[in-house]
Amino acid sequence: MKNLKMSIAAVLLLAVSFTNAQEKKKMNHDHEDMKMDHSKMTTMKNDAKTETILSDYFNLKNALVADDTKKAAQAGSKLVVSLKAFDTDSYSKENQEELEDIIEDAVEHAEHISESAIDHQREHFKTLSKDITDLVAITGTKNTLYQQFCPMYDKGSAWLSTSKEVKNPYYGSRMLKCGKVQKTIQ
Amino acid sequence: MRIVKIIAIILLVAFVGIQFIPTTRNQSDTVPETDFMLVNNVPENIQNKLQVSCYDCHSNNTQYPWYNKIQPVAWFLEDHIKEGKAELNFSKWDSLSNRRKASKLRSIVKQIEAGEMPLDSYTLIHKKAAFSEEEAKEVINFMTQLKDNL
Repeated sequence: MKNLKMSIAAVLLLAVSFTNAQEKKKMNHDHEDMKMDHSKMTTMKNDAKTETILSDYFNLKNALVADDTKKAAQAGSKLVVSLKAFDTDSYSKENQEELEDIIEDAVEHAEHISESAIDHQREHFKTLSKDITDLVAITGTKNTLYQQFCPMYDKGSAWLSTSKEVKNPYYGSRMLKCGKVQKTIQ
Repeated sequence: MRIVKIIAIILLVAFVGIQFIPTTRNQSDTVPETDFMLVNNVPENIQNKLQVSCYDCHSNNTQYPWYNKIQPVAWFLEDHIKEGKAELNFSKWDSLSNRRKASKLRSIVKQIEAGEMPLDSYTLIHKKAAFSEEEAKEVINFMTQLKDNL
């Protein structure tokens, strides 16, 4: 009698542990699925982050076109945040280093823009534009961008725009139309 | 009259009291391998100028004036040095990437051109730190060349 009880108990235990193990396996499986989804999600999130950086950059550019120091400063602060939020994990090691370097540099320029007078903002915007151009060269973007160039400002300076029409952020109303489209980025 | 006396005593006590608050001093005996002067071929006159005009706030080694130990002067200096080094530290120059070096060199040139650096509050006391027109030109040319050769 005692033996029977023991063997029933043993069988039950075995059954329980077996189902348990299977469930664990299933959970692992689920986890793997989730991991795959996760990596897909990071690239999607990253695309979104690139677009946020670009949209902050364009707000900054438009503020400089409009000679609006205050708005430019605000856009600069926002750009600091969106640059810092960029996650380089999904890129190759080489690109990661390059991206981190670009972001570190760009953050510094954006910080200066957030706290300077308009002449200074424009100086920093020049280097910032190069950083953002280099960033987009790695990350890509879903929109068509136009790299524009003004030969007059500081021995020639470039910037990015979403429109073909030239509106100069380095001179604003003083020389709004100075410049030409240098390159189309797709 | 008594109230003036009391205020004077309170101020005196406060002045003596703050002298005991320690400050961190920015001094180092060694010049690190990453120092701007060691990794670049800097002509002697420019070396001297940078040393006198920039290195007090933009390197790991400050030549302190005699009054630096008196508060609140020491706080003022400490703050400036901390800010200056965060912006640009010549002692760590070679740890920067070329992109960062180019950015810094551009800023150096712009700041000297605009007469914003060295700070007025600094040149007021350190007369030798001020740039003559000639000196400014020399340093700007050198920094521009360095940037173009990166």
